[in-house]
Amino acid sequence: MQSKRERIRIGKEKLQRIIETCRPVEDRSLDPFLIDVDEIISVLKEYFPEWKNPEDLTLDAETIHHLASVIKLQSEWVKHRSTSLYADPFLLEEKLKRVEKEDIVQTFFSVWQPIVELEQISLHSLAEAIRYWESLLPLKERWKEFPLAEIKANPATREELIRQRVLRDKAFSDELEKFWQELKGWVEEKGDNGKVQYWDFVGAETYEETVQRAFMMSFLVTYGYATLEIHPLEEEIFVKPYEKPLTKTGKNQLVSIPIAVTAEDWMKWRKAS
Amino acid sequence: MSKRKGYYASKIKRATHMLFYRRHKKPGVKGWELRKALGSDYPKVLNILDDYLKALDLQVKTVFEEEKPIEKPTSEQLDKARFYITLRGELTPKETKMIGWRIDDLAGLAIAISYIISKKGKALRKEVEEILRDKLPGWKVGLNIDRYIRYGYLTQDENEQLYLDWRTRAEVDQKALIDLLLQAET
Repeated sequence: MQSKRERIRIGKEKLQRIIETCRPVEDRSLDPFLIDVDEIISVLKEYFPEWKNPEDLTLDAETIHHLASVIKLQSEWVKHRSTSLYADPFLLEEKLKRVEKEDIVQTFFSVWQPIVELEQISLHSLAEAIRYWESLLPLKERWKEFPLAEIKANPATREELIRQRVLRDKAFSDELEKFWQELKGWVEEKGDNGKVQYWDFVGAETYEETVQRAFMMSFLVTYGYATLEIHPLEEEIFVKPYEKPLTKTGKNQLVSIPIAVTAEDWMKWRKAS
Repeated sequence: MSKRKGYYASKIKRATHMLFYRRHKKPGVKGWELRKALGSDYPKVLNILDDYLKALDLQVKTVFEEEKPIEKPTSEQLDKARFYITLRGELTPKETKMIGWRIDDLAGLAIAISYIISKKGKALRKEVEEILRDKLPGWKVGLNIDRYIRYGYLTQDENEQLYLDWRTRAEVDQKALIDLLLQAET
């Protein structure tokens, strides 16, 4: 007599085999009627009481899903056969291969009623168009309706630009250099394989500061001080500083990588860290 | 002319203008557009126009949304249907040249449509190309299929599957085509 474990193993194998049989039918490479639905249902019923853990139940559900797809294909086949448009594809394909070009055209003529259309300009529409043209104002007059506001241009002082946050107190290159050194120090201290998680480095106490650091990081990468390593499946981004800034772009195509630094992302990072 | 005759004469004129001249990207007019322009008795106007067109070997063709002909359509089904003016009888091979079709291209179209019908309304483009390559030069096959797609006879999805498109539904009697092909002696 089979042990319970042995029975479960055999049952799982049977379900796997059913799924493997259903797949080519779903891919339309096998006739759906080659599958004996009743037999499969009896196998499913027989082994269902054995399934206790979630993996086995999932396998059972997957088998039912594949079987349902096969039944759907069988029903489609029956439906198509019962329509007046049904023709045996093999027979028709053979006919199409053997029929002469002139004969098929002759056949097509008897079932083809092309749409009739006219294209013509009428005197009336021409007169309408002329009336429209006459009433149309010249471009220079129409565009006058949107006069551009006159702006007096004056040179801005450095202090004004700093006040408007266009320029910062320190030279940008100095700031970038400092940020790069910070990154290198961070990687040396906390990094793994010469890289560090993007958010761990960019993330800061406040959201404003985080945005500022993300902004600086974009320049580090663009100017060749660092590079990004993206693992799309894990949804992880790493930053890797170079020892010396790269001056040549090399043969590789440069790509832009947008990284969203939203307040929600920042909050999530804050909670996690 | 009686008042009633005059009433329909002006409606028939209006319907002729709407149906013969293209108003949208695709030819034909939707039922609801005709109702708006001609009134709720537009099916009657179209019937009278159809009678007039008989002598010219033309007809008013109705293509329902459901794709199959409906014997007694409801007003809702008519509103959603598209109406065209098509040929009533048959063209001769000489006449096809006048409308810009070469016999090869037309034979290719007939084969492509028949093949797609036999495959339950969709077929892989490469399968259709293969069957056409049997009798058409290879370089022409792809161009021809693109042309059938451009004219609206066929349509293609992102998986390179070909389907029948609106123009085939409006112009070709699919059932008659298959019947004739199966009856043809080869």
